[in-house]
Amino acid sequence: MRTLIVAEHDHQHLKSGTLSTLTAAMALKSPIDLIVIGQHCHSVVQEARSLAGVQCVIVADHEVYQSLLAENLAKLLASFAQDYTHILCPASTFGKDLLPRLAGLLECSLASDIIEIIDQDTFIRPIYAGNALATVRLKENTRLLTVRSSAFAKYTLQAETLVELRACDRVYAAEKTSLIRREESQNDRPELANAKVVVSGGRGLQNKENFALIEALADKLGAAVGASRAAVDAGFVPNDYQVGQTGKVVAPNLYIGIGISGAIQHLAGMKDSRVIVAINKDPEAPIFQIADYGLVGDLFKIIPELLSKL
Amino acid sequence: MKVLLALKRVIDPYVKIRVRADGSGVETANVKMSINPFDEIAIEEAVRLKEQGLARLTQVVSIGPEAVQENLRTALALGIDEALLVPCEQTLPALAIARVLKAIILIEKPDLVLLGKQAIDDDNNQIGQILAALLDWPQCTFASQLKVQGDSIEVTREVDGGLEILSAKLPAVVTTDLRLNTPRYASLPNIMKAKQKPLTRVSLEELGVCLTANIETLSVSAPKERKAGIRVDSVDELLDKLRHEAKVIE
Ligand SMILES: Cc1cc2nc3c(=O)[nH]c(=O)nc-3n(C[C@H](O)[C@H](O)[C@H](O)COP(=O)(O)OP(=O)(O)OC[C@H]3O[C@@H](n4cnc5c(N)ncnc54)[C@H](O)[C@@H]3O)c2cc1C
Ligand SMILES: Nc1ncnc2c1ncn2[C@@H]1O[C@H](COP(=O)(O)O)[C@@H](O)[C@H]1O
Repeated sequence: MRTLIVAEHDHQHLKSGTLSTLTAAMALKSPIDLIVIGQHCHSVVQEARSLAGVQCVIVADHEVYQSLLAENLAKLLASFAQDYTHILCPASTFGKDLLPRLAGLLECSLASDIIEIIDQDTFIRPIYAGNALATVRLKENTRLLTVRSSAFAKYTLQAETLVELRACDRVYAAEKTSLIRREESQNDRPELANAKVVVSGGRGLQNKENFALIEALADKLGAAVGASRAAVDAGFVPNDYQVGQTGKVVAPNLYIGIGISGAIQHLAGMKDSRVIVAINKDPEAPIFQIADYGLVGDLFKIIPELLSKL
Repeated sequence: MKVLLALKRVIDPYVKIRVRADGSGVETANVKMSINPFDEIAIEEAVRLKEQGLARLTQVVSIGPEAVQENLRTALALGIDEALLVPCEQTLPALAIARVLKAIILIEKPDLVLLGKQAIDDDNNQIGQILAALLDWPQCTFASQLKVQGDSIEVTREVDGGLEILSAKLPAVVTTDLRLNTPRYASLPNIMKAKQKPLTRVSLEELGVCLTANIETLSVSAPKERKAGIRVDSVDELLDKLRHEAKVIE
């Protein structure tokens, strides 16, 4: 029994989903290795080496891995598969792109977006936008799993440990796919996926200018900004702000949804938050059915009042 | 160029599902069924490629019960040229669906294959990627823009950090995200015309693929219900509760 975690990073730092995936991997109770694939990712490797739960950090550092494409990353991972009983990756867009491709190469099954580990073969995953939970069993030699980060605590980095390092010189080039560019949406707020407080706005904000109210409130609270699909589609905010079944799943300490009706696809992305606040002028809005604190009223009056009293 | 897309029939996204008490799954009897919303987007994209003169032929394929005919006819009414149904009463695991799609693709030889990024019933988000690996084709998942440029495509992908633009050589697999396009509605004349379009059956036996996979659903249960909280009457009361009861803000 041995577990491999595929680290997600941006060549500078480990993404926090990797730390949640490590917590999940600990539940498998077998030795854990972690692989960092990329180019010039020394700082990522340093962070990875401070993860006390990991036995060995494998580093595949080569220019062919610069673009982090599923096409060749999956081939590299496939070359490691026989050494591992489990291969885990965060269920981010990175992991969702990569691990099923690996499953295809190995012709084996994969359990995606798991939220609980029952035993080495048995996992729980949400289906139907989280309105049902499926318990699935994988009977594979190598069990492939993507892990929902919000369902597992983040493993904390421990600066004083120095995990063993192993270089990997296997080179697989992507022959048919190339990265033209990335357009990263920049902001200085906490990362949506692991923020302690999230303030989200919906169609009720009416336009991009008004959405600044949500951002102001988020800044007052040190929160990340989220949005409903309607708000993203209307162009108020970039796509990576979307919370829900087809966007990001978040579970902060405090989620404040404003001008969001609470469609099941939106609830799928936030209903496991610890405390939920809903602000909506429609007393019948479904979001009130899951909110701990509901305030009925006009957001254009309520947000300014909140801003002045916080 | 020939474009093939895969379609799944699912419980309509706006239906509130019911988990069966015996843990065997979700109630499907007398429940409204629809085309998986991401596959509607794939249909629209294929039709647009045809309208732009980029696609010569468009095909839709589905693996599922006879009732899927209804959804395939809808795809034809929306402008797809031909439909293929692989009749199958049982639900197949992702790997098996991908194998069936691969077998169809080896026969039909499309240049571009479109799938939804995820089926909204099992929320797997796997089949396009598995299929691309089985074929050793490039994959562009979560597409919000697709441009055909000679023998390659340029795809904008919606990823966690923003957008990513990839170039891939055809043939390739693309999975659709919600913002790729806005699907049209079928017009009445087109619904009538669709009745004349070819809908062919291909049996699983003919395709001869291995359908077993080493994944098994042991049970399906309802999640813990979140109990509704309280209504507050003012901003002051809200802040007081958040500070002193929930203790989530300073
Ligand atoms: C396959 C599929 C996947 C989807 N995935 C997602 C997803 O991941 N995430 C997601 O969010 N959605 C998703 N959706 C869309 C979802 O079904 C809803 O359409 C969407 O969430 C609605 O967004 P909204 O609540 O902002 O808009 P609306 O439903 O239009 O609600 C706007 C709300 O604002 C309130 N309001 C208006 N003015 C004011 C005011 N002045 N003060 C206070 N309140 C006001 C209204 O009362 C209303 O409740 C998906 C849909 C499908 C079919
Ligand atoms: N039974 C099926 N028949 C045809 N295509 C399917 C079937 N199931 C899934 N697909 C395709 O695979 C996509 C992704 O499904 P999934 O990986 O299961 O979330 C769907 O959007 C469809 O395009």
